[in-house]
Amino acid sequence: MKTLRKFLDSQEKHFHQGGALERLYPLYEAADTLLFSAGNVTRGLTHLRDALDLKRTMTWVVIALVPTVIMALYNTGLQANGALSALGKGGAEGWRGAVLSLLGIGVDPASLVGNMVHGALYFFPVYLVTVAVGGFWEVIFACVRRHEIHEGFFVTSLLFPLILPPTIPLWQVALGISFGVVFGKEVFGGVGMNIFNPALVARAFLFFAYPGQISGDKVWVAVDGVSTATPLARLADTGGAMTASWWDAFIGLIPGSMGETSTLACLLGAAILLGTGIASWRTMVSVLVGMTSLALLFNAIGSATNPLFALSPLWHLVLGGFAFGAVYMATDPVSSALTNQGKYLYGFLIGAMAVMIRVVNPAFPEGMMLAILFGNLFAAIIDRFFINANIKRRLLRNV
Amino acid sequence: MNKLKKVFWEPVFNNNPIIGQILGICSALAVTSKLETSMVMSLAVIFVIAFSNLSISLIRKHIPGSIRILIEMTIIASLVIIADQLIKAFAYDVSKQLSVYVGLIITNCILMGRAEAFALKEPPLKSFLDGIGNGIGYSLVLLIVGFTRELLGSGKVLGYSILRLETEGGWYVPNGLFLLAPSAFVLIGVLIWLLRTWKPKPVQED
Repeated sequence: MKTLRKFLDSQEKHFHQGGALERLYPLYEAADTLLFSAGNVTRGLTHLRDALDLKRTMTWVVIALVPTVIMALYNTGLQANGALSALGKGGAEGWRGAVLSLLGIGVDPASLVGNMVHGALYFFPVYLVTVAVGGFWEVIFACVRRHEIHEGFFVTSLLFPLILPPTIPLWQVALGISFGVVFGKEVFGGVGMNIFNPALVARAFLFFAYPGQISGDKVWVAVDGVSTATPLARLADTGGAMTASWWDAFIGLIPGSMGETSTLACLLGAAILLGTGIASWRTMVSVLVGMTSLALLFNAIGSATNPLFALSPLWHLVLGGFAFGAVYMATDPVSSALTNQGKYLYGFLIGAMAVMIRVVNPAFPEGMMLAILFGNLFAAIIDRFFINANIKRRLLRNV
Repeated sequence: MNKLKKVFWEPVFNNNPIIGQILGICSALAVTSKLETSMVMSLAVIFVIAFSNLSISLIRKHIPGSIRILIEMTIIASLVIIADQLIKAFAYDVSKQLSVYVGLIITNCILMGRAEAFALKEPPLKSFLDGIGNGIGYSLVLLIVGFTRELLGSGKVLGYSILRLETEGGWYVPNGLFLLAPSAFVLIGVLIWLLRTWKPKPVQED
């Protein structure tokens, strides 16, 4: 530890004004504060101090995402292996097949390790591309604008692969995260200034630019030529019966975007986020309330032609990206509403809008992404309303 | 002479109607999915704005202030009808694609803005140049946006295949977002970013 500290201190002079690497100061600063807590702390009498500064906050969010990552690895492998053994194939295709046979791991869907490794071969390439390309833009902007590199990108870069299908082409991942980081965040002024969640902006970009690779029935299971729609899409398309059991959907053993199928993992993450006080329970609860009330309303209305009207709130909770969005994305402290009353309205809007899009709009079987972006858009207006109401109330009291 | 030059060039870059004053956005979103429609629209707008500025400036001393908007609208509307008829006569296909947007040049804020802010006060030659300058400023943005959207959205420029599509044996996967109107917002935003980096606007102090 000490030698590391000494090394960092000895290198510091190169990055200060007049040093040879002055332009790269943000890189030095990021490495330094990632390894050690910041050297200059708040002094004086009036400030609240907490060991949980912004950097550690973001680390906690990453920890809270670990359950979903594990489920992403397992389920991606499970879906692929299941499809392969259903086709009667002994091994996967391409370089992944080569790696798998090199490690001596088959494509048995009953093997826990086999599923994890196979899933990892899909998840980690996407993750690495996201980190490399997104990190590239972060560093460029940090150096040009001379601000620090923020840890928010750790979260964004982990969220983004989790909401993509396993078969997404890597160049699209690179394009998507570039758009998300530059136009979702940096053009507004960087971390803390963005009005939308950058990971969702990146996904929305891909969703509208290349719908063939991110929606439909060919992309969710990582085996060529196998078409399995997500349960929501199948319900919307054919009006058929539900294809998965509730418990499968709850644990996350259904086809879907890599990290968002498992409601169980999201609940574990929610427990961590709420326990550490990072995410707002107000937002999460009101998303849930919004979803439940609109789903119950649709249940009551009923429809002879659209089976989605009959989908109960319990199903809405476990299907698609609802739980993932409610826990990790709607609660994003930057793009969500800031006032406590505002959070209720903001969450309700997201939950209700997600169900509305799922049920009523035939073009989009899943509505969570669009609902959260829609909520982000209104967050500032909602805040403004409540802040002004508060000002008015206090003025009346004091006159 | 120098002054006339400035009147002409100012609206092309520095005070560009779309990316400087943020006027005329709706047509810039609606007609720019292809370069061809953008070009025809640009020509129509240059024509209308130049001659409306000229005509209004010629009679500016005889227009009573109370009904000046009426008179401006009449002049602009007549010019738009002429432009519309010309497009229908010589480029019928394009006129069908442009549909209502040629007619909607009447409501283009740039025209009223130039008439009100410039042609009512300045002599004819200056007003004419100002009209052409604004028209060119508008066209420049339209052409850049139209070119980018057609190239990235369908791999073509003016209907000729430049980037061969994957479905036709090439390598390019068309970016569907650029066929949708919101992409023009992003592109115009980028243009504003570039313009303001090149020529920073004096910041207002609060």
